[in-house]
Amino acid sequence: MKFAVIVFPGSNCDIDMYEALHTVLGVEVDYVSYRAESLAGYDAVMLPGGFSYGDYLRAGAIARFAPIIPAVKKMAAAGKLVLGVCNGFQILTEIGLLPGALKQNESQQFVAETSTLLVANDQTPFTHKYQVNQRLAIPIAHGEGCYYADQTLLDELERKQQIVFRYVNNPNGSVNDIAGICNEEGNVLGMMPHPERAVEAILGSADGLGLFQSMVEKQVQA
Amino acid sequence: MKQAMTPEEIKERKPYLDWSLSEKEYDYISQKLLHRLPNYTEVGLFSAMWSEHCSYKKSKPVLRLFPTKGERVIQGPGEGAGVVDIDDGQAVVFKAESHNHPTTVEPYQGAATGVGGILRDVFSMGARPVAILDSEHFGEIKADPVMRYKLAETVKGVGDYGNCMGIPNLGGETFFDACYQGNILLNAMCVGLMETKYLEQGNASGVGNSVMYVGADTGRDGIHGATFASADFSKEHETQRSAVQVGDPFMEKLLLEACLELIQNHREWIVGIQDMGAAGLVSSTAEMATEGGAGMELNLDLVPQREGGMSAYEIMLSESQERMVICVKAGHEADVKEIFDRYQLHCAVIGKIIDQPRYILHHDGQVVCDLPVTSLTSDVLEQPGEEKKPARLNQPAAKWEPVVKDAGAILRQLLAQPTLADKTYITRQYDSQVRTNTLVKPGSDSGVLRVRGSHKAIAMCADTASRYVYLDPEIGGQRSVVEAAANIVASGATPLAITDCLNYGDPNDPEIYWELHHSVMGIAKACEVLATPVVSGNVSLYNENDGQAIYPSPMIGMVGLIKNYDHTIPMKPQNLGDYVYLVGDLTDNFAGSELQKLLTGKISGALDQLDLAKLHRTMEQLLKAEQTGLVASCHDLSEGGLATAASEMLFGTGFGLKLQVPGPISQLFSEPAGSFLVTVAKEKAASFTKQVPQARLLGEVTNSHRLEITTDDQVLNQNMNDLEKIWKEAIPCLMKSKA
Repeated sequence: MKFAVIVFPGSNCDIDMYEALHTVLGVEVDYVSYRAESLAGYDAVMLPGGFSYGDYLRAGAIARFAPIIPAVKKMAAAGKLVLGVCNGFQILTEIGLLPGALKQNESQQFVAETSTLLVANDQTPFTHKYQVNQRLAIPIAHGEGCYYADQTLLDELERKQQIVFRYVNNPNGSVNDIAGICNEEGNVLGMMPHPERAVEAILGSADGLGLFQSMVEKQVQA
Repeated sequence: MKQAMTPEEIKERKPYLDWSLSEKEYDYISQKLLHRLPNYTEVGLFSAMWSEHCSYKKSKPVLRLFPTKGERVIQGPGEGAGVVDIDDGQAVVFKAESHNHPTTVEPYQGAATGVGGILRDVFSMGARPVAILDSEHFGEIKADPVMRYKLAETVKGVGDYGNCMGIPNLGGETFFDACYQGNILLNAMCVGLMETKYLEQGNASGVGNSVMYVGADTGRDGIHGATFASADFSKEHETQRSAVQVGDPFMEKLLLEACLELIQNHREWIVGIQDMGAAGLVSSTAEMATEGGAGMELNLDLVPQREGGMSAYEIMLSESQERMVICVKAGHEADVKEIFDRYQLHCAVIGKIIDQPRYILHHDGQVVCDLPVTSLTSDVLEQPGEEKKPARLNQPAAKWEPVVKDAGAILRQLLAQPTLADKTYITRQYDSQVRTNTLVKPGSDSGVLRVRGSHKAIAMCADTASRYVYLDPEIGGQRSVVEAAANIVASGATPLAITDCLNYGDPNDPEIYWELHHSVMGIAKACEVLATPVVSGNVSLYNENDGQAIYPSPMIGMVGLIKNYDHTIPMKPQNLGDYVYLVGDLTDNFAGSELQKLLTGKISGALDQLDLAKLHRTMEQLLKAEQTGLVASCHDLSEGGLATAASEMLFGTGFGLKLQVPGPISQLFSEPAGSFLVTVAKEKAASFTKQVPQARLLGEVTNSHRLEITTDDQVLNQNMNDLEKIWKEAIPCLMKSKA
């Protein structure tokens, strides 16, 4: 299984994602430039955290026009796994692969801390190694992480079990404590917390490992 | 281009006096260096280059006191940043810089560009910045809504820049005192890592080689920032906002990646590289030419400009951010440009190295400057200040004896002092984990970072002891270094070297120059004894507002090495029943302590001499115990003394401590230099005390979640949940106050 980590101008968690996959998981992974136009040969796409294009205008709003985006959409349509973390989640909502939007945190401040997540859906390709309601310690670090969806959309997300992770102590004002959602098909996941920062106990938590292991094993079965 | 005044008019009307160039300097330049009258542009360049910020003309004579050499020192002061060997062909690169004046007038941008500037100093050496630390000194926030605003904006500025760059913040300090009410301090420190073989220097040489400009456009922002930083604040100068620059961390991120790609993959294309910092283009190019013993000719029409109609003077002095100068070997200009084009950054050849030692500028078809290169740099007249021992030090107040009737009440009050209280309000706004190497986050004695791909880690901290420096500059200077070393040692690291920011008042005041001189003597002495040479640093003088100087506030940034990161020592107790030791001695001298400030509202008294050799020996013994796995946790005693340190160790744990401390209870609040609380597993106690003979057993770790300390005259017995609530809520509560 081969992963692509997309590098946009201003991405800065690309190395964290790469190292988690390469050094800790030991899987095949490449950095792929935002200028590339094809993702042929890859089984999964990772949109890492950071500040693509400086978060100018609105987080993720400019990355939407990067040359790589059509290829990312193609991967999603083909049922390949697409994970967007933090800025990657913001980009996924901007390009329409995930519904809803991410607003500035309710506190109007950047917030960096270890959050406790609840696994809301353990039936996705990203979470089948977890148990529903399992608690995970995963770091967050964002200024625009307040997930918003109107009531109709929220009801739909709940009904279709698209809410994958929730915060135990909501740090940013997200509706329904949402920390991560997937698309209807379940192959595209966006989340504000950083599972790639939680893969080594020595750095504080290894609770994020299960997410990557889920992704890898899903592909093995297929 | 018409000059705004003729050389004769300048001589007559003396506009340079407003730019902080003295008449004596102007005359020296005209008569001794140029043998003619300098024109308007040239006078502008001199005023910036001869400012204290660029030339260190006042402080240089005392800076020579610093020890700068050591076995591991690869690059000492004088370059972008200091470089220290950490074995295996790797080096740690670090420097701190002050941005006090900009942060005082425009806290958000001042702080943000302070971070941006120090990052460029580090990556211009060829190192990747891996950590940021910030040392902040504010006025009291309780009754001052403007100060609360400044705190909030400063923190946001530091956070936004570092977060966007993706460089973790590993710590620092936040200190509050009324002496900073009119002049806050923001010192930013950056730590980088590199393969030693990529070391770059700010050097330009080789006739015919090109001078290339890369990065952001040049605009009118920050003109005269260097001279602005070299003069006092006063009510007459409230409109100095234009001297503050505006930061763009996204641009800097691109610049960082482009520069490192160039240095690491194509080092043979370039001669040297330097950040455009204070005094922008003139300072970077003149310094590079001086360093390379070369001359330089620049055409300012080729400089990328953000706005039209800029004069030569404005182009040269602009402090627009996110710009670098590179000396590129002839024939590789297009290769270099291809890299920067790919990052969508400006890149232009603006001049070349010439065969005479001159600094020549063309603008609008005219030569606007033609000077000997060194007249701008090494020929600056040193101005050792007049010195006079401050009157307050001739007759220090009598020794102050605290009366502690209710130690519990005192501890609760101390923990609510903003200097001692929980700083999560601040650190929560900083990403401390990006790049996934952070072993110890802010909030401990030092931040600790793994060196990826090895079993090494580096520890780092930033410390100031300004109250002590105020009471006795020399001993206070020593204490500052000892405090930093204690933080590094508490984390299990061997201190390697220091950087500094020397923050003082107006050096033309003989008493302030004396403080500078004597505190530097103290720092130098401590650095020698502790074997931590000074490898980089910065001087910020003129920190005054309406004639009121800050406390002399030298900030010490120290870096240490942990050879095996499994031996990183946590601050918090790990096991129930472990023994608790005091390493060091409590004291009955409370001069300069947080307790004195709390109970009397001011600080006074004489300090005791430090036995540096003994402190060093103890730290070495403790380090050895840490490195051999004998220590479970360790925390150094600083503001608020043993009682505060013990509380900090217990916060966030379920543990308690039950201790027996000989002496009066007041000593629990004394602040001895270089002392530690250490927890040790019982079965290792014998080995530990053999290794650290002066360790004194005080008691053990309990599961009661209470702090119980019995002394000769009183018992302190506090519920940790209550203490933690007070400690945690103090700053958020102050920030919300209405007064």
